Amino acid sequence: MSTLKTLNGNQTIAEAVRQIDPDVLAAYPITPSTAIVETIAKFKADGLITGEFVCPESEHSAMSVCIGSASAGGRVMTATASQGLALMWEMLYIAAGLRLPIIAAIVNRSLSAPINIHGDHSDTMGARDAGWIQIYSENCQEAYDNFIQAFRIAEHLDVRTPTLVGLDGFIISHSMEVIQVEDDQIVKEFVGEYQPVYPLLDTSRKFTVGPIDFTDYYFEHKRNQIEGIENAPPVIEQVGKEFGEKFGRAYGFFEEYRMDDAETCIVVMSSAAGTCKDAIDELREEGKRIGLLKPRVFRPFPDKKIAEALKNMNAVAVLDRCSSPGAFGAPLFTEIRNALYDYDQRPKVVNYVYGLGGRDIRVEHFKEVAEELDKIAGTGKVEKIYSYVNLRE
Amino acid sequence: MKKEDRLESKNPMEGFLRMDRIPHIWCPGCGIGTVVTSFTEALKKSKLDLDKVAVVSGIGCTGRVAGYVKLDSFHTTHGRAVPFATGLKLANPDLKVVVFSGDGDIFGIGGNHFIHAARRNMDILIICVNNFNYAMTGGQVAATTPMEANASTAPYGNFEFAFSLPYLAEAAGATYVARWTSLHLRRVTKSIQEALAKPGFSLIEVITPCVTLYARRNRLGDGLNLLKYYYDKSVIEHGADTRTLDISYQGKLVVGKFVDKEKPTFLDRMNEHMTKILGDKYVKYGE
Repeated sequence: MSTLKTLNGNQTIAEAVRQIDPDVLAAYPITPSTAIVETIAKFKADGLITGEFVCPESEHSAMSVCIGSASAGGRVMTATASQGLALMWEMLYIAAGLRLPIIAAIVNRSLSAPINIHGDHSDTMGARDAGWIQIYSENCQEAYDNFIQAFRIAEHLDVRTPTLVGLDGFIISHSMEVIQVEDDQIVKEFVGEYQPVYPLLDTSRKFTVGPIDFTDYYFEHKRNQIEGIENAPPVIEQVGKEFGEKFGRAYGFFEEYRMDDAETCIVVMSSAAGTCKDAIDELREEGKRIGLLKPRVFRPFPDKKIAEALKNMNAVAVLDRCSSPGAFGAPLFTEIRNALYDYDQRPKVVNYVYGLGGRDIRVEHFKEVAEELDKIAGTGKVEKIYSYVNLRE
Repeated sequence: MKKEDRLESKNPMEGFLRMDRIPHIWCPGCGIGTVVTSFTEALKKSKLDLDKVAVVSGIGCTGRVAGYVKLDSFHTTHGRAVPFATGLKLANPDLKVVVFSGDGDIFGIGGNHFIHAARRNMDILIICVNNFNYAMTGGQVAATTPMEANASTAPYGNFEFAFSLPYLAEAAGATYVARWTSLHLRRVTKSIQEALAKPGFSLIEVITPCVTLYARRNRLGDGLNLLKYYYDKSVIEHGADTRTLDISYQGKLVVGKFVDKEKPTFLDRMNEHMTKILGDKYVKYGE
């Protein structure tokens, strides 16, 4: 039977881990994700999970342990944040290149320098070309739900691609929320038994993992890897739907909030979307026809679906919680603007960078953005394509 | 009382600290401040030109030292204090470079860098505050956690072998190795003073209380209880064989100066070798 529990973001992930009980868990402490590992350690010590729990000497080693265990045929996971994910960089590409369906909970945090422990998306956005599926969560409930679904998506035989689930540092990881924790057995059944493909522990077949691959076949193998993540959309859709049927909370690639008759739209991911919903409600009361589009899956990027949802808007503001220095806009913006390019009728799209290093974004800030959108929609002119929210300049 | 009649209220360490950063973040009973006091005392006594002393720290509780000392300092990423110090020393061999960081930083995530800097005999001094756990992140099991001790990621006790830092340092090639506890204030000061005067790779390990996490989780009382433990269980054995220096949970703590030997530093070797190869064409670096 599902129960209501008061948990913070880190604990919700640990709770899902307890229910799924992967074969190997390897992680190194880093703020703000440490409590995930600590809670798992406690579960292990209390005999509530049977999986191996390893404390390696760094995140690079943690991901290496995951890759070794996954190659052996295990269902494996890790949790990290910020510099920890950055230190895993080399191994992220290897996990994806070897098609090992490793699951990582990433508590989104800014990158040094300057050093800062608070939330933004610089870490996972920096890993956007590593070949991992990326799913973002607005709150603790979504973090729990996404984490459970991640196993089904990553391990699907057509996909076989590592998957990370992002939740915002401190804002979600350390905030208590009442969440619906589903029944252990039903979660286990939903996730299902893991069927490894080519496990090294299958001694009847002898093969090597990770040998050198030069000009002869490297390209084909990379193409094959890309196919894995390209196969993910129908799986993500199916798993989200099934999750809804089973637990009453269905998921797609993004959430649309009061978009039915909207003329302008704010696009924002993760925890800030919750604040944005409040802003939208207030603006609606003022008679503004504005909506929110909250992307959930960033990789694979649901380009057509998002473009379809946005094409009839007059103006769209894409808010990124990370910067891409020197690029034509931050990651989410470039993807969305690019996705709209082929449409004859398309909205004006502007980009705002917000919340770096955990800087607050409040209802009034979304209202400022909405005001700008109104101006753009009214005049058809964009003064500044790229700007910042709540920044001293 | 007139203002000028009042006792001088200036802290004797003021000249060495960035007072605008004080109060510091360390917990009551923590030993890091004690080690910083020893360090500043040693600097005073060594009469080094403070413009020629640089402090490098990694991440962690001890990592904050770089932010508090009024010297050229650098707060690097987790584990990378030693390679950063290597670069600093090589770019400006006039500097006395001190790495001031914790056990998790230097021997956990940065362990590889430590052994290689020792192998090369880089002319840097490592002051390692060993509090037996990753304290900044909440007391997780570390490479130095004694067997059987509890940690947040080893709630029913650690079952892994711990590093013996002096043994590791000597085996890797360090030319000066000492271990003290934060109770041995004057001895720590003297060791730092000695090591500052000595070229080559030096390690001074200082065992300190982590009251909030290690002590609390292991029900060892407060800072005073741990200092009492150091008082009761530490034995000074200068020159002890570093193979015998393992630390067991609440067991004997052998302290002292274990290694103090002469060996050419990285730059000595480089200059000697390149002169041999290139003869007069080679201009010696850093001399």
